[in-house]
Amino acid sequence: MSEAVLYDAAGPRGRRRILIGSLLGGLLVAGILAAAAARLAANGVFEAERWRVLTQSDLQRLLARGLVATLRAALVAMVLAMAVGGLLAVARLSRRRWLAAPAGAWVELFRGLPLLLLILFLFLGLPAAGVTISTFWALVGGLTLYNSAVIGEIFRAGILSLPSGQTEAAYAIGLRRGQTLRLILIPQGVRLMLPALISQLVTLLKDTSLGFVIAYAELLRTGRNAVEFLGGPYSIPVYVAIAVIYIAVNASLSFLARWLDRRTRRRLGRTVQPSAADEAA
Amino acid sequence: MDAVIDNLATFRQGFVTTLALTVVSAALALLLGTLLAAMRVSPVPTLRAAGATYVEIVRNTPLTLVFFFAVFVLPQLDIRLSYFAFAVLAVTVYHAAFFCEAVRSGINAVGVGQAEAARSIGLTFTQSLRLVVLPQAFRTVIPPLINVVIALTKNTSIAAAFGVVELTAVATRLANANSQAVIAIFLGSAVCYLALTLPSGWLAGQLERRVAVAR
Repeated sequence: MSEAVLYDAAGPRGRRRILIGSLLGGLLVAGILAAAAARLAANGVFEAERWRVLTQSDLQRLLARGLVATLRAALVAMVLAMAVGGLLAVARLSRRRWLAAPAGAWVELFRGLPLLLLILFLFLGLPAAGVTISTFWALVGGLTLYNSAVIGEIFRAGILSLPSGQTEAAYAIGLRRGQTLRLILIPQGVRLMLPALISQLVTLLKDTSLGFVIAYAELLRTGRNAVEFLGGPYSIPVYVAIAVIYIAVNASLSFLARWLDRRTRRRLGRTVQPSAADEAA
Repeated sequence: MDAVIDNLATFRQGFVTTLALTVVSAALALLLGTLLAAMRVSPVPTLRAAGATYVEIVRNTPLTLVFFFAVFVLPQLDIRLSYFAFAVLAVTVYHAAFFCEAVRSGINAVGVGQAEAARSIGLTFTQSLRLVVLPQAFRTVIPPLINVVIALTKNTSIAAAFGVVELTAVATRLANANSQAVIAIFLGSAVCYLALTLPSGWLAGQLERRVAVAR
């Protein structure tokens, strides 16, 4: 349902009321922003000297290196999580109980645990068991465990959302279950789940920021190190710059996901919808 | 295993802190999120734009960065709160966007005919939202809302890195103090988290099935 269904096209009186509401709402928002700005200005946040720090090439290079480390962790984890998630989805769809049950348990377990706990477990638990692990692999390992469960469910939803006629037709021409999955269902399912997968990549990219906690030198950690070196007054410019970088990268990915989603829905009539909860975690 | 049993009191404290952080933040975020959702479907363009901007910015920002702004930046502006209050603030601000999206998709899931019928018998925007759309949206929206609360529960673990001694912080501290029992300690706190998330997830699934049958 599009929101416009909730109200009629406004007449003259309605338009006047909407205009008044717009002005009042705008004033309210502007008032909040102005109060915040006054507070910031009183603390000297808008001094040009503080923001000039962002033009330093040292800082720019540092943040660029942090962004590369963030993207590297996200991409490696995404590839691994998709591989494991694919196996999980096939196992959960299998008719063999001994395959489906452990895959289901894996999904429930790793979706129910905080990602940070998984990362810390790998980072602190494996060395205690005599296995050394770098911060990069602790982060990527935790991201993979968690996201394999989420992505496995996206895969499964994509395959289950196909019309049952596809499976029936495949059986009718004599394909076996495995062949049906491989030749008929997965190729079609991938198109339905692609937008949801990209949304999940955004979530995963945001979650690489947890590398901060185990001192993996990603964007947030390098920014924090820079602020500790430069001093507290420079925290706002540096963090705002980091926020802008994250939002620029993630918003373009989200935009791509939405565009793909609209296009796929126009052509195939449906897609796998990512849930707000998966995007939050 | 002894390390877990010896520190049961510490675990309980961490559990209670996690629970308190979850309940307080979830209540506040639900409130703010519903307000944002109402703004996003309202006929007033400024409010719609403000709501959409908020959601778009927050959705693309990592929660850790929101914590950064709360814990490191606000004190620069002479806003000093306890670590717990900062954590509530960060978790609330972040999850309000996702509550908003869950509520909004619930509103969108109510059939077009319902809103059209409400309008055609002369109900205003507020009336049709309050009397027709929201009561029906409420049913479909409960399972997604529970799922966002579960995500919020898990995300409170990030507060561990910002001075709040909840379950994850307890696990880290105990693990550093008892290097021979790290795995048992992490399993202990994992069980605590699962005790919160698995039943809620099950409840959401059950409700989802009931709502699906009812339609």
